[in-house]
Amino acid sequence: MKAHLTRRYIFSASHRLHCDALSDRQNTEVYGRCNNPHGHGHNYALAVTVSGQVEPATGMVCNLADLDEAVRREILHRFDHVNLNLRPEFSSSVPTTENLSRLIYDILKQNFKAAHLEKVRLEETAMNSFEYAGGAGFRS
Amino acid sequence: MVYLTRKCEFSASHYYYNPEFTEEENQRVFGKCANRNGHGHNYTLEVTVKGEPDPLTGFVLDLKQLKEILNTEVVEPFDHRHLNREVPEFADQIPTTENLAIAIWNRLHRKLTMAKLHRVRVYELPDLFVDFYGET
Repeated sequence: MKAHLTRRYIFSASHRLHCDALSDRQNTEVYGRCNNPHGHGHNYALAVTVSGQVEPATGMVCNLADLDEAVRREILHRFDHVNLNLRPEFSSSVPTTENLSRLIYDILKQNFKAAHLEKVRLEETAMNSFEYAGGAGFRS
Repeated sequence: MVYLTRKCEFSASHYYYNPEFTEEENQRVFGKCANRNGHGHNYTLEVTVKGEPDPLTGFVLDLKQLKEILNTEVVEPFDHRHLNREVPEFADQIPTTENLAIAIWNRLHRKLTMAKLHRVRVYELPDLFVDFYGET
């Protein structure tokens, strides 16, 4: 039997949305308040969905402790309480939540092999969220 | 096709233990959940069914009937129960959230004739849930 397991994590980070290829005026037009040179921050809620056969001996898709450890090591350690613009991953891209969700998916895909990574969902605020499944479609 | 979701809650105790594992293996795989005195959760179940709304009633299905099935098949047998000891599915299966979602799917699937079951989602905690779509 194939099941999908979703675990939610919280991290807090600051960012500024600014594109060097645009003029100051264009940046203000495109990014509005998010272009404030001093930056601002969010409490991000990350939901990671993995899938796989339920192992009869354990009743699990994967051991939750392993998933927690991978997310802690690869994502929370990297992005919690940092300025995203200063991370090397964003040296040449804008730390929008679109780009961040894609990056998180790619990092987890490479570093968590115990189950199939279906998608990540990243809530930037309670009012907006982003989902990425490695370019594949997904079922909600 | 319209999708309709109904929620209900139940509270139950359980533990994770495989008698074919050694004590050390049980501890390593299941951690604190292996404590055979058990522990408990407030579970939230979301059941999603799909169908075309009936032209006469505008309903995908009668919510009263769905509520009744959820009560009989899930809330009544699971709420304030010890899953390992009192729910037959878990006499020989570990009552993980994965297996709980599958057991609930099987119970509802038998009874739901008026609309197609799409998804069973079981929250063990607000930050941990399992979805089952009936896939083998």
